[in-house]
Amino acid sequence: MSAVESTVSGAGRRRFLKGSAAAAGSLVVSFHIPFVRDAEAQGVAAAPEVNAWVVVQPDDTVIIRIARSEMGQGSLTGLAQLCAEELECNWAKVRTEYPTPGQNLARNRVWGNFSTGGSRGIRESNEYVRKGGATARMMLLQAAADEWKVPVAECTVADSVITHAGSQRTTSYGKVAAAASKLTAPTEVKLKDPKDWKLIGKRLARLDTVDKTTGKQVFGMDLKLPGMLNAAIKDCPVFGGKVKSFDAAKIASRPGVKKVVKVGDSAVAVVADTWWHAKSALDALPIEWDEGPNAKASSATIAAMLKEGLDAPEAFVGNQAGDAKKAIADAPRKVEAVYSYPFQNHATMETMNATVKISTGAGGAIERCEVWCPTQNGEAALAAAAEAAGLKPAQCDVYKLNLGGGFGRRGAHDWLQQAVHIAKEFPGTPVKLIWSREEDMLHGKYHPITQCKMVAGLDAQGNVTGLHMRISGQSILAGLAPQNLQNGKDPVTFQGLNPGGAEGAFGYAVPNLLIDHAMRNPHVPPGFWRGVNLNHNAIYVESFIDEIAAATKQDPLALRRKMLAGSPKHLAVLNAVAEKAGWGKPAPDVDGQKVYRGLAQIMGFGSYVAACAEVSVSDAGDLKVHRIVAATDPGHAVNPQQIAAQVEGSFVYGLSAALFGGCTVKDGRIEQDNFSSYPVVQMQHMPKVEAILMPSGGFWGGVGEPTIAVAAPAVLNAIFAATGKRIRDLPLKNHSLKKA
Amino acid sequence: MAKLNVNGKSHEYQADPGTPLLWVLREQLGMTGTKYGCGVAQCGACTVHIDGVATRSCVVPAETVKAGSKITTIEGLSPNGGHPLQKAWVALDVPQCGFCQSGMIMAAAALLKSKPNPTDADINAGITNICRCGTYNRVRAAIKVAAGGGDAKTAGLSIQHADGSLT
Repeated sequence: MSAVESTVSGAGRRRFLKGSAAAAGSLVVSFHIPFVRDAEAQGVAAAPEVNAWVVVQPDDTVIIRIARSEMGQGSLTGLAQLCAEELECNWAKVRTEYPTPGQNLARNRVWGNFSTGGSRGIRESNEYVRKGGATARMMLLQAAADEWKVPVAECTVADSVITHAGSQRTTSYGKVAAAASKLTAPTEVKLKDPKDWKLIGKRLARLDTVDKTTGKQVFGMDLKLPGMLNAAIKDCPVFGGKVKSFDAAKIASRPGVKKVVKVGDSAVAVVADTWWHAKSALDALPIEWDEGPNAKASSATIAAMLKEGLDAPEAFVGNQAGDAKKAIADAPRKVEAVYSYPFQNHATMETMNATVKISTGAGGAIERCEVWCPTQNGEAALAAAAEAAGLKPAQCDVYKLNLGGGFGRRGAHDWLQQAVHIAKEFPGTPVKLIWSREEDMLHGKYHPITQCKMVAGLDAQGNVTGLHMRISGQSILAGLAPQNLQNGKDPVTFQGLNPGGAEGAFGYAVPNLLIDHAMRNPHVPPGFWRGVNLNHNAIYVESFIDEIAAATKQDPLALRRKMLAGSPKHLAVLNAVAEKAGWGKPAPDVDGQKVYRGLAQIMGFGSYVAACAEVSVSDAGDLKVHRIVAATDPGHAVNPQQIAAQVEGSFVYGLSAALFGGCTVKDGRIEQDNFSSYPVVQMQHMPKVEAILMPSGGFWGGVGEPTIAVAAPAVLNAIFAATGKRIRDLPLKNHSLKKA
Repeated sequence: MAKLNVNGKSHEYQADPGTPLLWVLREQLGMTGTKYGCGVAQCGACTVHIDGVATRSCVVPAETVKAGSKITTIEGLSPNGGHPLQKAWVALDVPQCGFCQSGMIMAAAALLKSKPNPTDADINAGITNICRCGTYNRVRAAIKVAAGGGDAKTAGLSIQHADGSLT
C-alpha cells in the first residue's frame, strides 16, 4: 500500500458528501478531502492505486488523476484521454480526481507541475501523463500474466479486458488491479506511435458537463463547510495605498457580524455568518484611506510614461538581424505608426474566493492551514498559503475546486493570502472570503499596458528592407515574479516575436530587424491575461503589415505570403483561412451592407494560428462582425471538438477586449467597477466562427490562448478595408467609424 | 418567518429586509446552483424564474416576492436534468467553466416558453447573459436543437459520448 493510501485510510477517509441540491441539503464538504472520488462517495470500496496516475476500482471504474486545473478549457478531459490512450481502458468507465499539492509535495512531485496557464496543460505534460497510463497498463497486464503463469507478451488488452488467446482466458483491470499495485513499475516504457492512437484525436464529449447543466457543480464560491463564516473585503482602491482608519463600532450591531479585520496594511474585511451580512455591513463601514503617492496617477500620466519609452535610447533586444536602424535610414521610403493597448481585467464569471481553516495546537500556535479554492496552480496556492500562515508547506494543503473561469487571474493568489490572514482570526473555524464584483474589477492583475512604434524602411519595389518594432510598457514578470527577470529583461514580452522557439517565432523574413522593449512599469499591477503579450504583439505586427500593404498598394495576403515564404507553418494556416473565407472574391452582402475582410496570423504558445474576419460598417458607424474563419495548427490535436470550443471562446475573449475592453485610471484607481462600465461580448455581438483544425503532427502546441491574439487584428484590418480608417488604439468603442 | 415557494415547495427563511432573493436561495435555502456574478443585474448568472418569467435574482429583495409566486431555480427546472435544454446542453457539450450556465439555461427556458421557435434575432434579444469563456455559439445551437425537437445531430458537431452515442 502506497503512502498516499495509508494517509487516506488513516484520515478516516472523509470525503465529499454528495450534496443534494434539495432545499435543506447545502453542499457540505468534509475537512479532509484526500481525493474526491465519485466511486467512494457511492460506497464502493476503495482500491489501491496502480501508480500515481491510475486507480482501478473492482468494478473496472478507472480513476485518472489530473494535476492541472479545469477552468473551462477542457484539459481535464484531454489529459484523461492521453492517459487512457496508453492505458487501453474502457473510456466509458473513466473518472477523474485531483491530487492535492500537499500530496505532490509529500511524494516528491510525482505529478509534476500543477501550473495551468500559458496553454501548457497538455503541451508540457502529455509525455509523462501518457507514460503514467502506459506504465499502469504494463503492470496490469503483468499481474494477469502472473496469475495465469503465462508470458506477458502473450497477453493483450482492449477496453480494460485482458485476454490470453492461447488459453482463451480473460480477466479485467478491476480484477487484477490489487495485484498490479504490488508490482514494481517498469522502467522502460514505450509510447504508441501517433498512427495507432484511438482516443487522442477523437471528438469526445467532456467528462464534466452534466453537473454544469443542473446546478450541482460545486465552484469555490458554492462551498459550504460546517460552522463556516463568510467574509467580504475592501482593499484600498488606489494601488499601494493603505488603511488610515475604520469605525468598526458603526457596524458591530448589524445582524450576523462577527468581526472587522484589518488585512495587511491596505484592506479591511468584515466577517459574518452569511456573505450577504458581511458584504452589506462592509458597505456601511466608514473607512478612511491613506491613498499615497499613486493617487496622482491617471491614464494620461501613464500614457506619457510609455510614450517616452518609444524613443528611449535604452531597450532590451528581443530579436535582431542585420542593422535595422541603418536600413531604415538608408531606405528611400519609410512607413511609421504608433499603437497602444490598454489594461484589461480578466473578469472571470466567478469572482475571487477562497475558504480557509486554520488549526492551532497547544498554546494557540498555528499548526495547520487548509484551503479550498479555485486555483490555476495548486502548488503556487500551497506556497502562498504557507507564506501567509507562517507555516511550512508540509503543514498546509490546498483542495482544488473547479474554477468559474481563470484566464490567468487565478494563477496569482493575493486573494488566497487575504483569506488566510482573515481565517487566522478564527482558529478552528473555516472562513470563506468572496470578492464582490466591484472588488474583483478594482483589484485585478491587469493585462499589461503597452505602446508600440513600428517603423519600416521600404525599397522602390515596396519590399521591407528594415523593420524596427519598439514596444514600450509594462512587464508582467517585473510585477508578478521579478525573480524570473533575466538581467532585468522580461523574455515573455517577446511572445510571437522571437527568432524561434515554442513561445512564438516571428514568421516574417525581414533582412534587417530590430524588436526591442523599453520597460516602463506603471503602478497598476499586471498579470497573465489569457493570450498574454501575444495579444498586443499580434495587433501591432499584423496591423502594421496591413499598413505597409496599403502604403505600397499590395494585397495584404500577397504581402504576407511573400514575407512568410520561409515559414511554412505560419503560411499554411494563413492560406487555409484565406482560401476558406474566399479571399480575393467579394464577400456577399449581409442585410444590404457590404462585407469586408481582414487577415491576421501569429505563432504563440507552441501553435500556429490565423484568422480572417468579415465585417460590415454602416454609414452611421455601426460595426458588425459577421463571420470569422480561424485556423490552428497545434501539432497534435487531442480533442478536436474541444479545440473548436476554445477557438470560439478565444474570439469572445479577444473581441471583448477589442470592442469594449480597457480599464482606465483616474486618481490612481481603476474606473471600471462592474460589467455596466466594463461591457463584454454578448450573444448579439457573436460572429459565426468556422474553426479549421490542421494538426501537422510532430509537436504539441497549446490551444487555449493563441487564437485570441488574431481576433483583434483581423477585425481591425477588416475595418480598415471597410472604412479606410486605421484604428491604432483600443477599445473600438472609443472610436467613431461613421462615414466622414 | 417569511416563506418562499421554490421548486414546488414552500420554504421558510429568515433574512433582513432588502436581502436579495439570490442570497436567500444560496445562503438560507442552500441552493447554490444560482450564481452571483455582478450583483447589479448585468450578467444574468443569477437568473431564476418567478411565475415563469426570467428574473435576475441579485436585485430582487426577497420580501418583494409574493407568497403565492412560484420560483423555479436550476435545481428545479427538471427532476433529473431532463429538460430538453439540459439534454441539448449535454449533447453539444455547451459549458466550458460552467459558472454562467445555470443562468444561461434558465434564460433560455423562459425564452422557449414565449418563443417556441426562436429566430437568431429572438435569441440575441432574449439571451443577454454574459459568458466569459465564450459558449455563445453552442448556446445558440443548443437552443435551436431543443426548439427543433431535440435532434442534436442537426448542430453538426459530431461529439462522441461515453455511451457510444454520437451527437
